[in-house]
Amino acid sequence: MAKLPSLQELAKSSLPRFPGATLEGVGWMRTKPVFTPGSYCYPAKLETMQKLGMPNPHEWSPEDEDWNLPQGWEKIIHNAFADRLKKYRSLRLFMDICVRCGACADKCHFFLGTGDPKNMPVLRAELLRSVYRKDFTTAGRLLGKVGGSRALDPSVIKEWFSYFYQCTECRRCSLFCPYGIDTAEITMIARELLHEVGLGIHWIMDPVSNCNRTGNHLGIQPQAFKEIVEFLCEDIETITGINITPPFNEKGHEILFITPSGDVFAEPGIYTFMGYLMLFHELGLDYTLSTYASEGGNFGLFTSSEMMKKINAKMYAEAERLGVKWILGGECGHMWRVIHQYMDTVNGPAPKNMVTPVSPITGTKFDYASSTKMIHIAEFTADLIKHDKLNLKPSRNDHLTVTFHDSCNPARAMGMLEEPREVLRAVCNNFVEMPANTIREQTFCCGSGSGLNTEEIMELRMRAGLPRGNALRHVQLKHGVNAMACVCAIDRATLPPLADYWAPGVTVTGLHELVANALVMKGEIPRTMDLRQEDLEYPDEVPDDEAAENAAGSDDRGKAGQEVQDV
Amino acid sequence: MAFSLMMALSIAVIAGVGAGLGLEYFFGIVLPLAAVLVFIAGVVWRVIGWARAPVPFSIATTGGQQKSLPWIKPACLDAPYTSVGVIGRMVLEAVTFRSLFRNTAAEMRGEGDEPRLIYWSSKWLWAFGLLFHAAFFLVLFRHFRFFLEPVPFFIPWIENLDGLMQFGVPRFFMSDALLLAAVLFLLLRRLKDPKLRYISLPADYFPLFVLLGIIISGIALRYFAKSDVASIKVLTMGLVTLNPVLPEGVGTTFFVHLTFVSVLLIYLPFSKLMHMAGIFFSPTRNMPCNTRQYRHINPWNPPKKYRTYAEYEDEFREVMAEAGLPLEKQPEEEK
Amino acid sequence: MYNARYVIPALLVFIILITLPFWVNVVTPEYSRPELVLPAGAEACVEPVEYMRAEHMRLLNEWRDAALREGKRVYTSSTGQVWDINLQNTCMHCHTDKAGFCDACHDSNSVDPYCWDCHIEPGAVTGASGNGGKQ
Repeated sequence: MAKLPSLQELAKSSLPRFPGATLEGVGWMRTKPVFTPGSYCYPAKLETMQKLGMPNPHEWSPEDEDWNLPQGWEKIIHNAFADRLKKYRSLRLFMDICVRCGACADKCHFFLGTGDPKNMPVLRAELLRSVYRKDFTTAGRLLGKVGGSRALDPSVIKEWFSYFYQCTECRRCSLFCPYGIDTAEITMIARELLHEVGLGIHWIMDPVSNCNRTGNHLGIQPQAFKEIVEFLCEDIETITGINITPPFNEKGHEILFITPSGDVFAEPGIYTFMGYLMLFHELGLDYTLSTYASEGGNFGLFTSSEMMKKINAKMYAEAERLGVKWILGGECGHMWRVIHQYMDTVNGPAPKNMVTPVSPITGTKFDYASSTKMIHIAEFTADLIKHDKLNLKPSRNDHLTVTFHDSCNPARAMGMLEEPREVLRAVCNNFVEMPANTIREQTFCCGSGSGLNTEEIMELRMRAGLPRGNALRHVQLKHGVNAMACVCAIDRATLPPLADYWAPGVTVTGLHELVANALVMKGEIPRTMDLRQEDLEYPDEVPDDEAAENAAGSDDRGKAGQEVQDV
Repeated sequence: MAFSLMMALSIAVIAGVGAGLGLEYFFGIVLPLAAVLVFIAGVVWRVIGWARAPVPFSIATTGGQQKSLPWIKPACLDAPYTSVGVIGRMVLEAVTFRSLFRNTAAEMRGEGDEPRLIYWSSKWLWAFGLLFHAAFFLVLFRHFRFFLEPVPFFIPWIENLDGLMQFGVPRFFMSDALLLAAVLFLLLRRLKDPKLRYISLPADYFPLFVLLGIIISGIALRYFAKSDVASIKVLTMGLVTLNPVLPEGVGTTFFVHLTFVSVLLIYLPFSKLMHMAGIFFSPTRNMPCNTRQYRHINPWNPPKKYRTYAEYEDEFREVMAEAGLPLEKQPEEEK
Repeated sequence: MYNARYVIPALLVFIILITLPFWVNVVTPEYSRPELVLPAGAEACVEPVEYMRAEHMRLLNEWRDAALREGKRVYTSSTGQVWDINLQNTCMHCHTDKAGFCDACHDSNSVDPYCWDCHIEPGAVTGASGNGGKQ
């Protein structure tokens, strides 16, 4: 990995610059993309693209002059574009009605971090719109450059590749746009067009291919998946003294639990995963994991709508095979975009064996998920806490001053804002918010979403994460924040380097890691360390003798235990 | 910009010279009637063009708390759950530009050694955008005195309100000045802000210049280069009764004004000004956020193609058996 | 076409609204310039008729300012004729029919001058007479 610039250097070079600016407004057409190491994501492997049956797979490199585009690529793009215009009203509309008011410009984290004007959402869309005008409008055909249109040539394709992979589909621009123009929609379709001529990136296509084959992005095979989870259970036993054996691929359970595989294999996601398991164990939840549907995330979303559908289809298929009543989903961002806004449409209706989710602990019926039959674990836990079903000791998290990073998709494609906050307030005593226009529906992306969490573009990621990093730094200085919670597996992977760069000293944690740290479990040993096996600053008191321990134990068993028995 | 300005100026020159050369019938009658026709047909054609494409996915942008657990208050307007909420969101969007009201401006500042990104609330665009649209509609509405006989009672009301200051004769309408100020703001903003200048196309300047043409010629007609208003009404009533007449005493300024309006009407359906209708079609705004309760249908939903569990188990059966994972078919059965 | 049950009614409403002036005028009788009751026996106004049509409001405004604010009561027209600055005794001496002259045109063009906030329509006051302001 190349050396990152200093904060000052980066901030200085983030100031907007406007190469080739003219009064005629099409000066940007004269600047061409330049590909240097670190400025682009590695292309997908030929083999991966072939295995997935992607169209026109070929060898190419962004730094090459010639990208080996397939024969007749102009026609391929034109036809694919025409096809999408027929299929998506959103695309037609967003191509037609933008007035270039510029309200979106400084809302984009990529523009704020790079100062590159083509990262203004409006101009990113113009990259596509200029071709739309030329190919699909009479005025554009007649007026040419004056009408803001331009012909397709290889440099346009290169520009698309550069800038549609500098958009994380976070939809922040769409919130501010007076017409709701959603760059995520445009980026998704632009990436589909690029895929039509065989251009994809390794960091997206490999997980897609893995997920298709093994059920998860990392290509973890079933036996390994089980082993890793069991290994995490050993850690849980070390910390709590409780032995957990989660069920895999078992039929006849009430609930199928699906979370991003990132939670299973990488720090700090694994602590969140341990948190889920501890919570389920404590509740006595009747659930199963699946190795076949072992991925909540869906990099198909960053490839094409068909690929998203293909990857997502496993959830309902597995729910049907295992005969579960409903699905509980783990903490993940784009996973929840798919589940909340796409799953029912693409792969619904839900299998007949499924019913509207009901919490077996509180009896709450989640009517708002009556069709999709899947709820988010933050919703589930918030309900438990509201009904006082968990014995929590938030003081175990007292060494932390926690802030909450709303992930783009749960915020702007779902509206899940209060649920995780309710949970946070219950499990830790020191919770502070980042500035108002960097959270909730106005939240800033981690800078590496939509499949851009790859090492080779680390500087770009630090730039795109500037607004988030800055807001974090602000609360670090002002309130002494030392932990940032989030409900997204990609965040858990991408925020730690971002925090190291922008606000060193802040750790990144999943919501359910904090829940499990605070959760007092029946029959657990006094906790002296957190899930990371770091010593707790405020450990549980170790009782002097057996009798005291027993007494404490029976007290601690608390309401949750009794309620479970009641149910 | 220069190109757009030239285009707009040439409209004025062509109309002025044309009317002077005795082409009043064309500029006063044929062009405006044709413009209305093109406007209506164009808008309908564009709208049907959008409507012919389906909305495959329900992709509302949630601008607030979802409706989930009963004790959490949902954002009825920003993440509307019901049709009433959606209508509320759309009406407020169309009438008050609610999304634009959120606007902020970001600025990079150094604070000691630390770079710091600062955000300001920035409502200028919202204020002047709203002002422009409101003033435009008010002015448009006032013009109905030329198209209706007798003039309905509410038009004098509006005029009295608009001319409340009783300044000058003919009474000065505040909306005229506000409209001019708003359009000038929108134009200067495009020229002054380097971001805006960089993205602005001739198609962004042209409508502003046409609007300026309309406003300036209109103000001139009322206050400076006056025509006999009674004659103008004879002409406009001739248009709306499809009984065209060309009365004496209608000055050149009027033809320039009318031609600018006609150009705007003809231009509108084929330009970004279609945002007027487009906003109502925007799927990130006009869809309810109830996607987990009601299934949205995609008319072109392709058939499911995915790697089935059976295929998966076929590949991993041996290792799954070894790991003690439950199987549909035991490895022995295969042999 | 998709969502036809929203799109078609919306388009119809749009078309009806835009063409409303055309429809409304189907039922109104043909429009013609309002017939004004012209003064009997007067040969010319204070200024030529074209000027008066376009600028009478400005002239009256100037007269008002001259008479009330500057105490100036004499107006010399572009043809050199001299007139009394006086609405009721000069203008209304000839234009005696407010309804038939002023209002007919003002109403049709939705003009609501505030002359009559202060001035009183001739005929409403008895004994008003004069020589028409000609000096």
